[in-house]
Amino acid sequence: MRKLKELVIEKLILICGLASIFFVALIFLFLLKEGFAVFKAVNPFNFLFGKSWYPISDPPQLGILPLILGSLLVTLGAAVISIPIGVACAVYIAEVAPAKTKEALKAGIELLAAIPSVVLGFIGMVTLVPLVKSVFHIPTGLTALSGSIMLAFMAMPTIVSIAEDALYSVPKSYKEGAFALGATHWQTIRRVMLPAASSGILAAVMLGLGRVIGETMAVMMITGNAAVIPRSILQPVRTLTATIAAEMGEAVVGSEHYFALFAVGIVLFIISFAVNVTADLFLHKKER
Amino acid sequence: MRNPYRAQRIAFFFLFLATLLIVVPVGLIVVIIVQKGLPAISWQFLSDIPRHGMRVGGIFPAIVGTIYLVTGAIIFALPIGLLAAIYLSEYSKDNFLTRIIRLAIVNLAGVPSVVYGLFGLALFVVFLKFGASILSGSLTLGIMILPIIITTSREALESVPQSFREVSLSLGASKWQTIRHIVLPNAIPGILTGTILGIGRAAGETAPILFTVAAFYLPQLPDSIFDQAMALPYHLYVISTQVPNVDEKIRYGTALVLLALVLFMNLVAIIIRYKFRKRKKW
Amino acid sequence: MVTIGVGVKFEIHDLNIWFGSAHAIRHVNIEIQTNEILSVIGPANSGKTTFLRTLNRLNELYANYNITGEVELEREDIRSIEIGELRRKVGMVFALPLPLPLSIFDNVAYGIKMHDRRGKKELEEKVEETLRQAYLWEEVKDRLSESAFKLSGGQQQRLCIARTLAVGPEVILFDEPCSGLDPISTAKVEDAMVKLKEKFTIVLVTNNVKQAARVGDKTAFFLNGELVELDKTDRIFTAPQDKRTDGYIRGKFG
Repeated sequence: MRKLKELVIEKLILICGLASIFFVALIFLFLLKEGFAVFKAVNPFNFLFGKSWYPISDPPQLGILPLILGSLLVTLGAAVISIPIGVACAVYIAEVAPAKTKEALKAGIELLAAIPSVVLGFIGMVTLVPLVKSVFHIPTGLTALSGSIMLAFMAMPTIVSIAEDALYSVPKSYKEGAFALGATHWQTIRRVMLPAASSGILAAVMLGLGRVIGETMAVMMITGNAAVIPRSILQPVRTLTATIAAEMGEAVVGSEHYFALFAVGIVLFIISFAVNVTADLFLHKKER
Repeated sequence: MRNPYRAQRIAFFFLFLATLLIVVPVGLIVVIIVQKGLPAISWQFLSDIPRHGMRVGGIFPAIVGTIYLVTGAIIFALPIGLLAAIYLSEYSKDNFLTRIIRLAIVNLAGVPSVVYGLFGLALFVVFLKFGASILSGSLTLGIMILPIIITTSREALESVPQSFREVSLSLGASKWQTIRHIVLPNAIPGILTGTILGIGRAAGETAPILFTVAAFYLPQLPDSIFDQAMALPYHLYVISTQVPNVDEKIRYGTALVLLALVLFMNLVAIIIRYKFRKRKKW
Repeated sequence: MVTIGVGVKFEIHDLNIWFGSAHAIRHVNIEIQTNEILSVIGPANSGKTTFLRTLNRLNELYANYNITGEVELEREDIRSIEIGELRRKVGMVFALPLPLPLSIFDNVAYGIKMHDRRGKKELEEKVEETLRQAYLWEEVKDRLSESAFKLSGGQQQRLCIARTLAVGPEVILFDEPCSGLDPISTAKVEDAMVKLKEKFTIVLVTNNVKQAARVGDKTAFFLNGELVELDKTDRIFTAPQDKRTDGYIRGKFG
């Protein structure tokens, strides 16, 4: 009896162990199932590089280039802000901060990571957007720049915590060796610690930016959502994610618009897949 | 010759500045929301339904909806996640399959939240015909928080010393008895931490519930898991962007309730982890 | 081969063990007699602990583990004995005192509970009996519900012996049981071992050659995974047949 019970439990454990593979496959499958139909209406090239997105005109124009560029622009802006600040903060926490401050800072970063994106979007709307509007004297503060700044805050917790881990896992002997040669702490960080942790830091940056590309609510609330090819960072843009979130509610199940939004989902899925697999390779580089 | 210690002082100053650039805004965000949201908080705000096109009244249905969704997500994700973690920590060998599982978990954690929404729509709402319902939303959120629960539980299980397992096995206990009576009890704080973090995440996410459950305005409470429901994060989105002329107080109040809920969960998780790290018996 | 006691407990024939490509045990043949203490000595990495963990199949926890040859417990291949039952019969005391994170009482009761359900009364009697056998009862009888980690090192190790006795073993494997203990605690553990010999068969792996000389009926000397010499303890220490045994013992004495 005991044997049988344990056998059943162990089989159940194995099944659940495989569950994550099953769910990833299921997600991809259902995106494909719903999204692939769009290519009956528009060929993949025109879908990816078409310059206009008018999904409800007749016939609908389903080119997502403006959305891709919108996502890229916002992500690029967020990268410029979050990478230097995030990595610097990681170095400060890992190397400079005294032990107690360190714990407090780490908790603070964790809190930032926990703030729901809709709350950040709301705060961005009521504080950042008016600020951007008045500083640059533009008709609306709902711009790619506002989105970038807000998204930088969503990328930084990821960048800081993973980069900090990478710095922390550099063998102590490296540091001691550099100190023994008379290097200052800063020289040691710059010449020894950062290069030694570089693959982990790269992974941190990739994962942080991966989070930015996939971020939805905050972006939708503060970038203005104009599906046009952006010319400047001070213009409203529309990202891939915001398009899905904003339009799926109105799209009729089974329409070309519905299929097209799933196809956008496929694009996002592939991007996040590529980012995560590559980052994982960097993170586990040392193990092999 | 340049003084290396001066260079160090300057460099450290900039590192400190960067840290401030992250920490100060976080503090400001919390302070602003608390300061402007607190006046809105009253028993009536928490217990009343929204009225007059959500321009007055309370947020009770949204709170209840979020509690239902989170509960459903945990009921789904905790058993699967915990067993998956047990598989990875106790049963898996270092082979190709394990690498694929690890990669799948990493990817599951990285899938954009709005893509979870699409997936939930396609699978639960349309294909399985659950409709836009608490069931669909809970399952979608459940799959989304699965990686959090697996990863934290696995770490907790792996931090139980190998020697305890050897002792238990050497006394003739079976592998499952060893897991059940020795490994699991000692991993509970870590598993709890993961579960609470999962709850916090599920409570705060908007995109996955947009098309799977969330009701724009539903002034009564849901009766069954096949009903739609309001939810706090979606409600905040709606009153911030979709409904004009909502009193700022109500917006801040809603943001405060949501933020407090999520941060409270995280705080509890941090405290549990901290306490048990200090009290560890081995 | 020399025979003491009655009957053969373990019979090991042409045992080979690999961890990956490392050949940890090489062509070992040993008979272990019932109710004797076999001491296993040898330098670090000579394979003595690996040999010990073969007897209760604990090596199988390691990846890349490979074994050939025969290991028989009372003429039965240990791989055909249900593993929980084998480990109940062949108990083990580890190098460091390793109480489970439970109360003193539950540490002893744990193994019993894993094998069958018993009434509370019966369990309490069994726990008392085994704690007495390990000479620990008087010291802990008033604090059975306290955490086992509150005991001293020597007490913890005797608790671990009691825990092993509680499941009713026939053989007890000691893996350097005194390496973490002071001389007084060591003496107590050695006393316990000698008394336990009346009821059990004991295999003692030790780094301490003097300890082997004090308590072992027979002594086996391992080097680089090979069994160099096995004989009555006094013969090993007075007239070893192999130069390497002689060198090891002298080196340790000198």
